[in-house]
Amino acid sequence: MATAVAEDDALWAAVADPTRRRVLDALLERGEASTTALAEGLPVTRQAVAKHLTVLNRVGLVAGRRRGREVRYAVRPERLDDAAEAMARVAQQWDRRLTRIKRLAESVQAEAGTDF
Amino acid sequence: MAADSVEREILIEARPEVVWGVITEPEQISRWFSDEAEVDARAGADGTLTWKPGGRGGDKEFDAIVPIRVVEAEPFRLFSFRWNHPQGAGPDENNSALVEFSLIEEADGTRLRVVESGIDAVTHDEEGKAGYLGSHEHGWEKHLGELLDHVASKSHEAAR
Repeated sequence: MATAVAEDDALWAAVADPTRRRVLDALLERGEASTTALAEGLPVTRQAVAKHLTVLNRVGLVAGRRRGREVRYAVRPERLDDAAEAMARVAQQWDRRLTRIKRLAESVQAEAGTDF
Repeated sequence: MAADSVEREILIEARPEVVWGVITEPEQISRWFSDEAEVDARAGADGTLTWKPGGRGGDKEFDAIVPIRVVEAEPFRLFSFRWNHPQGAGPDENNSALVEFSLIEEADGTRLRVVESGIDAVTHDEEGKAGYLGSHEHGWEKHLGELLDHVASKSHEAAR
């Protein structure tokens, strides 16, 4: 369980960064691309793209394949679903908490006896 | 909704003062959030949320003390805090998530909105930030947004 939580955290951190989401978007659009090709289409340096790809690769959101002298990256869709799920889980937790807050507040309000 | 944030809201049939008490008083917080809470609803105040094994975390192994720091506390209207920063370190936008509650009085109660942003925050470079702010509709954000809505509607159904 602790490992699953840590994995979710790492995934969340990987997609929480807006630049990394742009890298993912660009990769989804192109299917497969090298660091250099990705940097050309984004307002960031090649070094920055390389750094983001390393993070995405570490959590398994992208995978690299050597093609001659360059490495081409592609999105791993199954991990993308995991990431979306991790984010959805946070939303679900807040829904549960808000529902509890609602019950508590409404019972306090009912005791106070003021109507709405 | 920014893609690195989650926004949820609920309509509560209670006055904002009542809702305020539930979200800010430690003895109430321990009834909807953590198992124990040390929270002082004053801007800048440090506190802790504690989850115990077999408690609200829902996991026998789950045992955690999470630091929080109140950012804004405007009674009956706005309560925000940062949490999940490393123990002993001050929270900032790079090491903690921000939770913002806003209370909006309505004819039949209070609309409570919560936004959690910067979850597991990481450093962005300035050019990346500028690029992000310049872009609007994003396939990825849309996808996540739809998924979140879907999950929310399912959990609402389950709650009925």
